[in-house]
Amino acid sequence: MKISGLASIPRHVLLAILTVIALAPLIFMVLTSVKSPDEYSVNPAGLPKSITFENYTHALIDLPTLRWAMNSLIVTVVAVIISTVVGAMAAYAISFGNFRGRTTLLSGSIAAIMVPPVVLVVPMFVTMVNLKLINTLGSVIVFYSCLLVPFCIFFLYNFFRTVPAELVEAAVVDGAGPIRTLFSVVVPLAKPALVTVAVVNAIWAWNELLIALVFLQDEKSRTLMAGMTLLQGRYVTNQPLVLAVATLSILPVALFYLLSQRAFVRGLTAGIGK
Amino acid sequence: MSDPALSVSSAVVPSGATADGRGMPARKSRRSTWPYLFVLPAVIAIGFGFIFPLVTVIRNSFYSGTFYKLTFVGFDNYKFMFQDDVFLTSLKNNLKLLLTVPFMTVVALIVAVILNDGIRGWRAYRSSIFLPYILPAVGIGLAFSVFLQYNGGLNAILRAVGLDSLAVDWLGSPTWAIWSVGAVVVWQQLGFGVVVFLAALLSLPPEVTEAARIDGVSWTQLQTRIHIPQIRTAIEFFVVTEAITVLSWVFTYVYVLTLGGPGNASSVMEFYIWKNGFAQGSVGLANSAAVIVMLLASVLIFAYLRLRSRPDAQARGL
Repeated sequence: MKISGLASIPRHVLLAILTVIALAPLIFMVLTSVKSPDEYSVNPAGLPKSITFENYTHALIDLPTLRWAMNSLIVTVVAVIISTVVGAMAAYAISFGNFRGRTTLLSGSIAAIMVPPVVLVVPMFVTMVNLKLINTLGSVIVFYSCLLVPFCIFFLYNFFRTVPAELVEAAVVDGAGPIRTLFSVVVPLAKPALVTVAVVNAIWAWNELLIALVFLQDEKSRTLMAGMTLLQGRYVTNQPLVLAVATLSILPVALFYLLSQRAFVRGLTAGIGK
Repeated sequence: MSDPALSVSSAVVPSGATADGRGMPARKSRRSTWPYLFVLPAVIAIGFGFIFPLVTVIRNSFYSGTFYKLTFVGFDNYKFMFQDDVFLTSLKNNLKLLLTVPFMTVVALIVAVILNDGIRGWRAYRSSIFLPYILPAVGIGLAFSVFLQYNGGLNAILRAVGLDSLAVDWLGSPTWAIWSVGAVVVWQQLGFGVVVFLAALLSLPPEVTEAARIDGVSWTQLQTRIHIPQIRTAIEFFVVTEAITVLSWVFTYVYVLTLGGPGNASSVMEFYIWKNGFAQGSVGLANSAAVIVMLLASVLIFAYLRLRSRPDAQARGL
């Protein structure tokens, strides 16, 4: 029921207020990041009187920001690839195969999506120490991959089961084994779903803090998120610098979002209902 | 949960398929080997990443000591923890954060209903309101930790418009710190609710709305009697998901915004686990607190699974 003309003004006002609230802290962050520390101390909220990119050069050249970003990128890409392949194979078996424990695996995966990582992190820390993986990206990659598998299974199963069974049957009749059927019949059809899963999991891995903080205590081996928290304590008097790094950490995600909004919306509402 | 009962619908049972020539039996046979091989990596991942640490954390919650030298203490960790003011404060703070859930649900519903009315520019509003949800909590936490400082951006704005009395020390006051954390959680999670509810509303059959309109129901009646009841499942999913979030996924906010302070005023259970496990070396307490978090989360996870198994959730391919 459309309400047009004057009657819609209060609604636009409400939505505009919410939009301002959603964007204000981000605008504040970007504006602060181009102020000098001196200017910030006298003018924390206003527009910058002079714009400086010194904080950014400082962040990129003197601080290990790029190294941390590289670590984050490696961790994200490898964990997403591993978990997607492992999850796709399991989802395929659940959709088209018949085996003992099929429904247990499926509902177990759904439950596992919601298990808080904080519950698992203490025993996993000890395990990673024993495996001599602490302070290496390997520790984080292995644990992230495990944690991402259940969502991959759940999301891809929901997509795979919409693939017409006849297509799969035809491939089998033609003599294709399950591996070929999966990769040459089902995966090409499931491209949008695979992209969605990869996007959602990449965001999760890029943004994760707790596990990275605990497993990567060495400054150089940190991911961007874990590394940034060090700056907070170290540069208490140079907020513009800290927020320049924060802006740099948010930028790739925001750009990614603008480019693939549909995949985001589809993937992140998957657990909830259409 | 019985296994064969549910598998019938989606298992492919091709007729006349023979062995595929690679030593893998065709799917005609009710039980073949390949599915086991296909799920093996996933089972290992879930076993290693979930089941093993869960079992270990429960067992170790009855032990005290360091990571490597544990002594059995029975329920001592639990007894100590429930007399520990820091733990009780943390638990209380998680419960306070739970109050953000009904708030978010109501606001998100109002926004979704308005956007669903086809208001001009609804896509742009949706995009900007959803944006915070996907941004890294550390990055936005840092932005807020500066924005909410006593001499930060928010108070500068409040003072500039003459609301000096509202300019409190948002992160440094024991009364306000946890609510400031809650506000940042709401700031980040609200868009998720809007998107979930809007998606549910957009998928409603237009005939019902048409019929109601012909019957002359008012706008408010249309929303409260017809639209909102139809998206009940989506609302329940959102409530359960957010309840789990504020009980057990808020570590990042607390770590970046307040480090649990001032004192322990804004500590939450996750922060208590991290602090005892990795900063203070009280591994036993970290483990017993983890078991409590898991127990609380389990109740909600169980509710979540129940919602999922409902017919209307299944019809939507959940």
